[in-house]
Amino acid sequence: MRSPFKRALEFVVERLLGLAATLSVGITFGILFILFREAIPFFEHVTLKEFFLDTQWSPLFSPARYGIVPLLVGTLVTTLIACTFAIPAGIMVALLLSEYVPNRVRVWLKPIIELLAAIPSVVFGYFALLVVTPFLQKLIPELQGFNRLSAGLVLGLLILPYMASLAEDAFKSVPRSLREASYALGANRFTTAFGVVVPASFSGLSSAAILAISRALGETMVVAIAAGMLPSMSLNPLEPSATVTAYIVQVSLGDLPHQSIGYQSIFAAGLMLSLVTFSLNIVAHRIKLRRMERSDG
Amino acid sequence: MKALISSQQRRAKIYARIFVTAAFAVLGLSLLVLVLLFADLVMQGLPRLSTAFLTSFPSRFPEQAGILSAWVGSLCVVLLCMLFAIPVGIATAVYLEEYMNKSWYNSWIEICLGNLAGVPSIIYGLMALGLFVYQFDLGASVLTAGLTLSLLVLPIVIVSARESIRNVPDNLKEAAYALGASKLQMLRHHQIPYAQSGIFTGVILSLSRALGETAPLLTIGALTFIAFLPQTPFQDTFPWINFNWLGDPYTVLPIQLFNWTSRPQTEFHQNAAAASLILVTLTVLLNLTAIVLRNRSRRKYQW
Repeated sequence: MRSPFKRALEFVVERLLGLAATLSVGITFGILFILFREAIPFFEHVTLKEFFLDTQWSPLFSPARYGIVPLLVGTLVTTLIACTFAIPAGIMVALLLSEYVPNRVRVWLKPIIELLAAIPSVVFGYFALLVVTPFLQKLIPELQGFNRLSAGLVLGLLILPYMASLAEDAFKSVPRSLREASYALGANRFTTAFGVVVPASFSGLSSAAILAISRALGETMVVAIAAGMLPSMSLNPLEPSATVTAYIVQVSLGDLPHQSIGYQSIFAAGLMLSLVTFSLNIVAHRIKLRRMERSDG
Repeated sequence: MKALISSQQRRAKIYARIFVTAAFAVLGLSLLVLVLLFADLVMQGLPRLSTAFLTSFPSRFPEQAGILSAWVGSLCVVLLCMLFAIPVGIATAVYLEEYMNKSWYNSWIEICLGNLAGVPSIIYGLMALGLFVYQFDLGASVLTAGLTLSLLVLPIVIVSARESIRNVPDNLKEAAYALGASKLQMLRHHQIPYAQSGIFTGVILSLSRALGETAPLLTIGALTFIAFLPQTPFQDTFPWINFNWLGDPYTVLPIQLFNWTSRPQTEFHQNAAAASLILVTLTVLLNLTAIVLRNRSRRKYQW
């Protein structure tokens, strides 16, 4: 029989490990709780109608206007540019890696793509502002110094490895037997890839695309550095615009007193952002779960 | 019939060629852009790299400015972050893989963990601003930054540790139990040691992430201009060590780099390039280590 001390130790360790695991629940609810707590005073001051319908955002100037729409427009335009590039490109690269290249090429290509993900986003911001924008200005002279186009393109480059690795996971989960059946019918690699693997992993790809969009929405440094800080309703990619995340950075750089409306406004903006990304992540998770259940059965 | 098939095949072949060309073009273009980025950093930044750059404080004069306070700050913050994230992350992973039974509570843990990995980093910053800076009154200190980053990298540590713990084959565990080991003994002497290189890989990846993270530290008030170092932890009197540095203001490498990038003068942009070069080299080297380690451990253990 084990000594009572040892048995007690086993029990204590299990409880401690459980406590550590509970922390992740705590953080999730902590995030929501803090965001709501700090944002609620903002909504006592600003009506929801004004927040969602007003087309100007200038909480720090007078007259102060509190319409989140311009920030959302900025976020959507940069995300759209990024994802138009990164989602198809990521899927193509993943398909190339999982269906086309021989193994000895893949063992080199895959780490290189993984290394892309190692570059900090602030460095991508530097790149967008000081390398990509001057280069694009040579091609498009009317491009402004801060603009959504180069921020969006570099953002796309930043999420490309993420998208590629998620898409590759989706392709990998397609059972080998499906591919073999296709080859047995005389299909070549291209027909197998596009006629079998892509349709079979459609839900995995959608879940990957949703996660990539959610990532692009929440990315901060590239847009804060290269897209400018000016809230704007325009859809023109050549113009500067603030995004939700860039606004939070802008306010944080100044020294705003605790409990001021400016301080509360970044929590309102953050709450919007996290509600959107939370729901996107949950949708992506659901799609993935459903796929797993189906392929089990 | 034969003609039909061969024309279909011909078309498929053309499409295939188009696809492969396009895919390689996309891949090549992205890699080319990154090579350009690196070349630009080297050309702009390399002339600025010197011992003086590493041992000077930031300054109004770009040619005198350096990254001393930035790298010391990064070191302190990342150290603290790891000190917290590694034990908690491994403990969570062990619990989820070895102790968890399927109850409603544990499925909550799973859901929350999945969600946390997808929370934008700036949201962690806002949470830390409300919680650590104002609720716990820790201020814009090294401690706040370390705690914030540790929450941010926790999912990375947990996910990779879980995977490597799960990959330890059951027969090794059963062998330990068969010799009379308790669960704790089995974990301590068998499962965790076997999983250790995978766990270590995750730790390195999270270290690299913590090193490059900027946005959450901006929201919790990291300063962009710091011309002093945190207090030294060593002292002459008993107990010869103190933790005052935890409460000191700080700046980190990515924030210094952000500050220099957003200034209009080109001389500061060169400083930004030099700092980027250091940062990118560090993070890429860390990730490279992680990749090599992972491949080696895959070859070492053929379960």
